[in-house]
Amino acid sequence: MIRLVANQAAQIRRSEQVTFTFDGMPVEGHSGESLVSALLRAGHLNLRHAPNDNAPRGAFCCMGLCQECAVVIHGQVVEACCTGVAAGLVVGRV
Amino acid sequence: MDEHYDTAVIGAGPAGGNAALQAARRGLRVVLLDEQPAPGGQVWRAKSASIIAAPTTPESSAGDALRSALGASEVTLRASTRVWDIRRQAGAWTLQILRDNTSLEITARTLILATGAREYVQPVPGWTTPGVIGLAGATALFKHSLSLPGNRTVVSGTGPLVFYVASEIRRLGGTVAAIVTPNSRADWARAVPAMLGQPKLLARGAVWLADLMLARVPILWGHAVSDVLGTDHVTGVKTRNLRNSLTGTEFAADSLCLGHGLVPNIEAAQMLGVPIRHVASLGGWVPEAEPDGATNVEGLYLSGDGCGIRGAVAAGLQGTLTGARVARDLGKSAPTPSLRQWQRAARFGQAMTALSHPRPEVQALTTQDTIICRCESLRRGDITAEITTGAASANAVKSGLRAGMGPCGGKYCQTAIAGLIAAQMGKAIADVPPPTPRSPLRPLPLGQAVGDFDYDDLPIPKPAPL
Repeated sequence: MIRLVANQAAQIRRSEQVTFTFDGMPVEGHSGESLVSALLRAGHLNLRHAPNDNAPRGAFCCMGLCQECAVVIHGQVVEACCTGVAAGLVVGRV
Repeated sequence: MDEHYDTAVIGAGPAGGNAALQAARRGLRVVLLDEQPAPGGQVWRAKSASIIAAPTTPESSAGDALRSALGASEVTLRASTRVWDIRRQAGAWTLQILRDNTSLEITARTLILATGAREYVQPVPGWTTPGVIGLAGATALFKHSLSLPGNRTVVSGTGPLVFYVASEIRRLGGTVAAIVTPNSRADWARAVPAMLGQPKLLARGAVWLADLMLARVPILWGHAVSDVLGTDHVTGVKTRNLRNSLTGTEFAADSLCLGHGLVPNIEAAQMLGVPIRHVASLGGWVPEAEPDGATNVEGLYLSGDGCGIRGAVAAGLQGTLTGARVARDLGKSAPTPSLRQWQRAARFGQAMTALSHPRPEVQALTTQDTIICRCESLRRGDITAEITTGAASANAVKSGLRAGMGPCGGKYCQTAIAGLIAAQMGKAIADVPPPTPRSPLRPLPLGQAVGDFDYDDLPIPKPAPL
């Protein structure tokens, strides 16, 4: 089939895969990519539960505004979309 | 550590980056502040460290050009920095910034706000389901991590972004289940005359569309996603024909990119006293500013999409105009560039913005049970009940229900709430201004704002005499 927009996936070279944990589960990600990117790829879409109705929520704005992807790292609430993957990072749910 | 500058620029996208470059070139001491680790803004966002090599795109090339120009300039870049408060004190601006988990103060004689835009997403049933991300949010994933929102994605919304996002998904190796856009082919035909002024962008759009058609990706014109299916994560979407309200095709998907146009980020300008007005052709509420960014507030300038959605090309040109204006106002010699190029670019941007003008059939997608305020899980029925009891303004709904007091600060609910107030009270949308913004402009860990201190150092006033 003719493609006017080429599939360039094979031309992308990424950093080494490292392992971090989310809610105690090991997750693979490329060092330096956003946590949201690695978590989406690993199928971890549900990152937290909304405080009032306990409904599942995940990354939404992906630019540090909506706070839906809030996770806990080193005791601090951070946005997973603005935080990079690093080997051994321990990421918890809010 | 205190730092003092001639001008501080908030936002390092096309507008802020070019304003900083121009001001520095004219001899000003400039600091450029941005939340992201590298300049570029949302549109020219830099790649993360996870990308060692990748094919270039027009956005990555434009961003790289801006980043290298800034790197070679005298501009002091403060990246990964959040500005959470701005005040005017003793004829200068005082900025409270958060950087490396430390709160610092920066002062500057003049301030340029180039705060850009965020996305409006019309709430539909299920839009809070994990796997639904904004259209602009998807572009952040593409540009930063070159990653996909899922394996099989429905792309839905208004304006050119749906075609850009769908095309990027295909370029990065993903699958587009369908494109669902409220715009009709007639809407696009009306935009063509303004698009002819930017032939490169027009040609790029034509390639996206032709590629999607060759790949037989279903494109539903005049349709919208009416329901997102799935509880813990997206499993599919239902669609609706907006002309006759009939149910359209249902698509299975593990992700949905959804967006209905861009909204200027005006909170900082509004907080500092710049008058705002509603201009639908500029994306909604905009602060009043001259084409070169000057405002009625002394020492305050605005530039780029934050004062009206005109697009990245116009924003870059306006940044240069603003940088030159600030330099002239501070006594440096700087040329007064022509407005012609900016006006032509703005015409293209505004034609794209017009594709996302609010329309009743899209607003009607928000049912009584649909969550509007994501932070507080408030449904449309909660908001309309509050309006019925007399909450006739965005501020009244905010203080009554906390819609706008959650972690996002109202950034993703206020446009929809203003629409509901206007409809229910029989007002024009221009008569329902956004709520009063207050600092902190961004969520702020209290410990970091306070910094290190010793309890013994706290000044304790003497008790009042009995």
